[in-house]
Amino acid sequence: MSVEHASTRIIDGYARGGTGLAADEVWALEAHLETCRVCRDRLSAAVDAEVPAVASLVDTVWSGLDPQLAAVAPVPRRRHRSARLSSWLTPTMVPWLAMVVSVTLLALLLDLAGTGSGEVSLVLLFAPVLPVLGVAASWSRGLDPAYELTASVPRAGLHLVLRRTAAVLAVVVPALLVAGWVTGVTAAQWLLPCLAFTSTTLALGGVVGVTRAAVVLGAVWAAVVVAPTLATSRTAFALQTGGLPVWGLILTLGTGVVIARRGAYSVLGAHR
Amino acid sequence: MVPAVSAADIAPTAYAWEIRATGLKVKVGRKRMAVDGLDLSLGTGVHGLLGPNGAGKTTLIRALATVLRPAEGTLELLGESVGGLGEHRAVRRRIGYLPQEFGYYKRFTVREFVEYMAWLKEVPKAEIPAAVQRAVERVGLADRADERMKALSGGMVRRVGIAQAIVNDPTILLLDEPTVGLDPAQRLRFRELLQELGTDTCVVVSTHLVEDVAAACTDVVLFAEGRLVFHGPPDELASVGGPEHVGDSPLERGYSALLLNPGQGKGTW
Repeated sequence: MSVEHASTRIIDGYARGGTGLAADEVWALEAHLETCRVCRDRLSAAVDAEVPAVASLVDTVWSGLDPQLAAVAPVPRRRHRSARLSSWLTPTMVPWLAMVVSVTLLALLLDLAGTGSGEVSLVLLFAPVLPVLGVAASWSRGLDPAYELTASVPRAGLHLVLRRTAAVLAVVVPALLVAGWVTGVTAAQWLLPCLAFTSTTLALGGVVGVTRAAVVLGAVWAAVVVAPTLATSRTAFALQTGGLPVWGLILTLGTGVVIARRGAYSVLGAHR
Repeated sequence: MVPAVSAADIAPTAYAWEIRATGLKVKVGRKRMAVDGLDLSLGTGVHGLLGPNGAGKTTLIRALATVLRPAEGTLELLGESVGGLGEHRAVRRRIGYLPQEFGYYKRFTVREFVEYMAWLKEVPKAEIPAAVQRAVERVGLADRADERMKALSGGMVRRVGIAQAIVNDPTILLLDEPTVGLDPAQRLRFRELLQELGTDTCVVVSTHLVEDVAAACTDVVLFAEGRLVFHGPPDELASVGGPEHVGDSPLERGYSALLLNPGQGKGTW
């Protein structure tokens, strides 16, 4: 694209104060100068060459400013790392994720030591509910001091909920994968229940609040799966491969409800 | 050539009032109606929302911030109805909100926090640094911008709250008890800022300090038990009160005159 630059006559006239120019020429030149570096350089050269009064005035201003500019402390280098992280996680989430990962490690250690529940892997028992803890923490009133502000912004709502959920899963799922690989539990056995629980927490959370939903589902999990398994020392049906279609159905239903009720996450109610 | 003004800047406004509520009812909890049938139209200017404790001021401001859904009635912000179950992203981009309990992240610096809020408010990425600097300068915190929030005094934290509310150059600015914790000098400076913002913004300030209203507001919205008691300029409120009413200033006397009705006086407070 060829750019038309201002003529030397106009630039020289402008440098002398613009009195010899028509108003529309001045206006067009100023609009052009804002976007054109070449013409700005030509203008400053014209000022230096032709109007010593202005040039000396500019020098005086600079010499007055220099000591002040030298006294201003340089801006400290910005910490981009935390800014990028906080677009994915609540800034107060890190301790919670650490807790979730350490619970995984603890279950793994108990499994390896063999003190757990005999035949049943503790990693398998806890895997589906661990991400739920993280999701609850990312949308909870008690753990996020700025929850009311967060609820009022345009970015609030499903988009932010999914972003934070994805961040929680990105931390928890690899930890569980490693634990599962060490104890010999296949990923298929727990990954689907894990995702189903997460989506159900969000779906229920749109109605009663995410934290309450997480507490309810955690209790249900403990009563329906953990307690019978520990009592009978046999893997509950829910965690055997036969249960997978059911988990798939729950996951689909949960996701559907979350999408249908997407507006519910941008009000204070979801933070209960 | 880049045009000096964008199309959005010169587009005509499609609404008569920035905030327009008709028969608005907002519930708190299961039963209590904190805002009970409110008709109110607010345009550009500084509107002081006055009322006794528990009058429903915070609930009304939350409803205006679209974080509480109205139970009944209609609420229009910038010409768009915000009653239904939607995300209202376009409207929210033009609202600034300072909640009564301003929660913040202690480990963030002032700049990081305001930047984070600007990101949440979908300010275009290229404009964020300049917008943040402008907001921080307007509340007089430019020299403390790179300090952690936990090192700030209560009044400074409050000013960070105001900075985050104005970072997206809102058309509707909602401030819930913004002067709590400010010392007298800061309060004066804050009133100046309010008047400055009120020239082109619809500012709603909830307060229980009558003198804040007298100094900075173009009109008063007096609110009691979820209903509108009075809406008009401060002078008119002052003219209602007589020497027989309680209060140290004409405005305070007007305030107590309007709130002195048979339903009141259940307790000494």
